[in-house]
Amino acid sequence: MTLMEKLAVLTDAAKYDAACTSSGSQRTAGPGSLGSTTMAGICHSFSADGRCISLLKVLFSNCCIYNCQYCVNRVSRETKRASFTPEELAELTIGFYRRNYIEGLFLSSGVLRSPDYTCEQMIRTLELLRNHYQFGGYIHVKAIPGADPLLIEKLGLLADRMSVNIELPSQEGLRLLAPDKSKHSILRPMGYIAGRIVENTRDLTVYRHAPRFAPAGQSTQMIIGATPDSDRQILSLAEGLYRRYGLKRVFYSAYLPVTENALLPAPGTKPPLLREHRLYQADWLLRYYGFQADELLDEQHPDLNPLLDPKCGWALRHMELFPVEINRAPYEMLLRVPGIGVKSARRIVRARRASSLDFTALKKLGVVWKRAQYFVTCRGRMTPGLRVTPESVLRALAEPQGLSLLEETPEQLSFFSGASCGSRAGKEEPHESPLSLLA
Amino acid sequence: MKARFPSSRKAYRYDGSYPGFLCCVFESFLHKETPPAILREEDPCTFYGEKWIETDEERASRVLRSLPRRISPAAAAFARDVFLTSLPEKELPLLRVLQEGFRSGGTVLDRLADGDLHVLWKAVRSMRNEAHLLLGFIRFSDYGGTLVSVITPKNHVLPILASHFRSRMPRESFLIYDRTHREGVLYRPGRLLFLPMESFTPPPPDQTEAEYRALWRRFYHMVAIESRENPKCRASHMPKRYWGNMTEFQDEDSPALPAARRNLLDKSTGSAYDESTAAVDKHAARFSREEEES
Repeated sequence: MTLMEKLAVLTDAAKYDAACTSSGSQRTAGPGSLGSTTMAGICHSFSADGRCISLLKVLFSNCCIYNCQYCVNRVSRETKRASFTPEELAELTIGFYRRNYIEGLFLSSGVLRSPDYTCEQMIRTLELLRNHYQFGGYIHVKAIPGADPLLIEKLGLLADRMSVNIELPSQEGLRLLAPDKSKHSILRPMGYIAGRIVENTRDLTVYRHAPRFAPAGQSTQMIIGATPDSDRQILSLAEGLYRRYGLKRVFYSAYLPVTENALLPAPGTKPPLLREHRLYQADWLLRYYGFQADELLDEQHPDLNPLLDPKCGWALRHMELFPVEINRAPYEMLLRVPGIGVKSARRIVRARRASSLDFTALKKLGVVWKRAQYFVTCRGRMTPGLRVTPESVLRALAEPQGLSLLEETPEQLSFFSGASCGSRAGKEEPHESPLSLLA
Repeated sequence: MKARFPSSRKAYRYDGSYPGFLCCVFESFLHKETPPAILREEDPCTFYGEKWIETDEERASRVLRSLPRRISPAAAAFARDVFLTSLPEKELPLLRVLQEGFRSGGTVLDRLADGDLHVLWKAVRSMRNEAHLLLGFIRFSDYGGTLVSVITPKNHVLPILASHFRSRMPRESFLIYDRTHREGVLYRPGRLLFLPMESFTPPPPDQTEAEYRALWRRFYHMVAIESRENPKCRASHMPKRYWGNMTEFQDEDSPALPAARRNLLDKSTGSAYDESTAAVDKHAARFSREEEES
């Protein structure tokens, strides 16, 4: 098989991984080495689906001994199989990197022969890159569940970021769809990596030159819409992962039906892209805006409103807290105003030190006035003539894009009816706690 | 922002360089005056009387040293970045901002809602944004060990790109040609030089280079998920004006530029000639804008 064919097969098999970020690690190239990393990361291209391409995202091999139902590489599926050799992949990465096609390598793999053997092949590739080519660019590597902790340790010392995919947001889903994986096989390496990162931070404060273990931290991914879990379960799980395992990112991936299976949505079902988008919005609120999962969703509202971004949804339920005075409100409160983001909140705090702000000043600072005007006062006044009732605000804030996406995917709401996982209507029934996965 | 000194009758005219502008700042403080306009050498005449401001290294470096000390390091970087933007008539607003800065210190940069500062700040933001995008979108081709790239940015981002790639690939040699501003930057390990270049067309790729391009195009097309196709989202993250110079959007047989663009170029310059890197070296020796690495 030529390199071109291998690249095609192994890219095709890796494309469903959402993570392609190159952030969280800052390193300059030493003399004689090649490559650096920047804290914010750099996007090198955007593919036709609008996702960022930052890393050469490939599988080492798409041969797999497991049979996870949602996965394109499962052993029972007939598809072209290929594996790189460590030398091939290292040379390809360097060739791409020198031409500035990529910021580094995202290496994952199907389980070839055994988890340990797969891990060893990946280590060999990374060692070639780091030692032979003196490569200082970004490396994101997937830990293979079930591999020996010593091998995971070696991977972590070579990579910038590690990830273990949690795959499905509930244990029940895992049991049905990924019979070879259990919450333990997923959480053990995740916990091990989290522990090593904490330990390494301590080492680094004592010994400046201690070898760094996954300096860009750890991330994970879960599939949305393959099982009937509610947004509330998913978000609380994400929150738990951020808090307990110190994760840098949780990625959500709308399930694309790739197979005929009674347990899964039928092929041809459109992926729940709007739901995925809302989850990402909510995820940002957790990480940067000081929100907690139970503020955004509760028993009465187990799912995010598809028509509203989650922050608007929260604000509409808490109209008693608004309007806030832009010239006096604390930073934390500014962050909670729809239409004000992290950047514009920081600018407001900076600019109001120099002089008091009015409406035109806010627009200059990048505040989305269309949304913010219902929730703020400037020097004690709101926009003259503005009607603020819950209905008028709701109408003004609902997103037309949301409406159109919603109309495109009516089957999204019904695809679980009759399936053995239970219908979406069954969500009111008591569910396994999302945190039970972490227990 | 309110001018600190009363208006003078004569406009300033200078050579358009950053040191030249710093001499205008010096002149303004020397005579405690604010000119009604600051014109570049090539700007048309106005109805104001004019005063030619000579670029004097001594005066320029005095102002340059005082910026971080008397205002703030951020203000010094800001002034430098204003000069990398494509904003026309940036001189007078920047002079007023610096006048105020010398009076009130670094907090002058907090007045984001102020008219003068807002105009400059927006331009700087868009320049920094373009520079950041290009750090990713720029594509090199390997010609016998030298990496060559052509870009067509709106702003003068070449210095930012050069310092990024110098620290990223210290062992490599590279040439980045900015077609918009007709300027190139050449790096050899330990040495970085900027040189004006009227035109430049990269030579056709050799076999290895052609193979890597094909591999990258294949990867680019494979990694997209068909059922999630979203051309609008892609174009908003990666504006189409960058596509012309990117490997993933070029055909197999037109090596550096899409065919349509290359024809256009040939017509406009008469003969777009190939310039090997050796010729670039010779070219470089004649120009003294050289930055030696310490």
